Amino acid sequence: MSEVPNNENIAANADTGAQPEVRKSIAELAGPIPFPGTVHETPGGGILVSAMDDVINWARSNSLWPLTFGTSCCAIEMMSAYSAKYDWSRFGFEVARASPRQADVIIIAGTIVNKMAPVLKRLYDQMADPKYVVAMGACATSGGPFFYNTYSVVKGADHVIPVDVYVAGCPPRPEALIHALMTLQVKIKAGMTREQIRDEMKTT
Amino acid sequence: MYRETDIIQTIPGTDEMVINVGPQHPSTHGVLHLVLTINGEIVKKVEPHIGYIHRSIEKMCESLTYRQFIYSTSRMDYLAAHTNNHACAMCVEQGMGIEVPLRAQYIRVLMDELTRIASHCLWWGSIAMDCGAVTPFFLAFREREMINTIMEETCGARLTMNYNVPGGVMADIHPTFQQSVKDFVRHFRSKIDEYDELVTGNIIFQSRLKGVGKLSKEDAISYGCTGPTARASGVSCDVRKHFPYEIYNQIDFKEITHTAGDSYARYLMRLAEMRESMNIIEQLIDNIPEGDYLAKTKAVLKLPKGEFYSRVETPRGELGVYIVSEGGTTPYRIKFRSPGFSNLSALDHMTRGHKIGDLVAIMGTLDLVIPDIDR
Repeated sequence: MSEVPNNENIAANADTGAQPEVRKSIAELAGPIPFPGTVHETPGGGILVSAMDDVINWARSNSLWPLTFGTSCCAIEMMSAYSAKYDWSRFGFEVARASPRQADVIIIAGTIVNKMAPVLKRLYDQMADPKYVVAMGACATSGGPFFYNTYSVVKGADHVIPVDVYVAGCPPRPEALIHALMTLQVKIKAGMTREQIRDEMKTT
Repeated sequence: MYRETDIIQTIPGTDEMVINVGPQHPSTHGVLHLVLTINGEIVKKVEPHIGYIHRSIEKMCESLTYRQFIYSTSRMDYLAAHTNNHACAMCVEQGMGIEVPLRAQYIRVLMDELTRIASHCLWWGSIAMDCGAVTPFFLAFREREMINTIMEETCGARLTMNYNVPGGVMADIHPTFQQSVKDFVRHFRSKIDEYDELVTGNIIFQSRLKGVGKLSKEDAISYGCTGPTARASGVSCDVRKHFPYEIYNQIDFKEITHTAGDSYARYLMRLAEMRESMNIIEQLIDNIPEGDYLAKTKAVLKLPKGEFYSRVETPRGELGVYIVSEGGTTPYRIKFRSPGFSNLSALDHMTRGHKIGDLVAIMGTLDLVIPDIDR
């Protein structure tokens, strides 16, 4: 019998409960997701049927403009991610903006210290809704290597602003950052923005 | 007079006003905050406000052992993590009287020079970006990624290498290290000529830098500038020449100095340094001696009571590490003399009387790394 697992083997595994858990990869989830809607062919064109929210989320997730917010080492890996070798604009994180008013997602690349925390809060407040936050690296996630024995480091950027996606690493590789942004895309495509959830909670 | 929260404040009775640049600003390369006093477009005064990335590394090091504290210094000047670790490891070795094997010395120097090229590469991309050109940034990162790959093969990390330990280096070089370094140098020799063709000879770029941001030799000395910033003003201050460490006294290399002292001289300095680093690498790469890469040391390091100081030449200048020991396993006090801090102090002097746009270009030629300044 060949080594290649065939249908019988898989079925046998299923009987014994030993079948490995099949998880969708991020590429499958975030890859070329088709436009959310169906086209009904009519002579000379077609009619598109879709839900408005789906279309808006689809559009939002594929054009995320990051704010160039780098405080320390992770900023260099962020630069690597948008330079030629890794080139995150392949996935729609095209235009890094220097002004928070033009940005959709803030990538906290580096340590946040007590003096910087109010500035970060202000930048976040200046961004237009809907806005997303990626905490890049150990420092922005939890304080990282500066968790113990320091007097000035904020132990995680989520003490200051809400965070959508955390990336591990010190500093994370560019692949990890791109993975995080693709995870954010999945999150956006999945449904409501944080603001929509907030508004809904207000009304109910 | 003015509040920091206000974006623009006029000073009563004059035409001058006060504006804030940073802490979130693309040209400050991090989170530096500059308070400018300007009259129209002319900069009258620059006040750098630092501390937006003060992570209290010096205080933190007091509670870490002599093996541990080296790792936190990778995050200080992250563009040259290897040279930071080098200075710290040398200081501990000096205190303990550890003899570093020759092979480790060769590896350290090779890595130092590779780091220097990588750091200057990034600087070259960002100075061009500060002057309005975007393409050089991508070209510089293309070469930088090659060095990152070499580092990753041997050290296991792309950026924060943590390769130096007291007594030598943490692991032996990767079997393909020599070949990939030689490939890189051959590749980079042609690319640095491309850098010259693309940016150095560009008339717009030259007119942005020539005669701008002059720093005289006397001022460079009195502000305590080191590294390419000071050498562009004619100060001979290369630590590798004046206080040779490891095997630098056996290597044939020139200390490059310019006399113009303007932004363009600082630009040419760093390009020439990249070429000189390649010469050093080529001299060493085939002659790495066999032997140990790590000296035998005690499991717990205890420095004798006293004060120890060591310095290395990082891509930005002279980094000094000063350890006060009380004889225990952790340092009593650590002070880092970072090159960026002294170089930044000259910014006000260099920028006065120039336009705001020139401020960005001058700051670019200083090659500031803000966590190195704030620590």
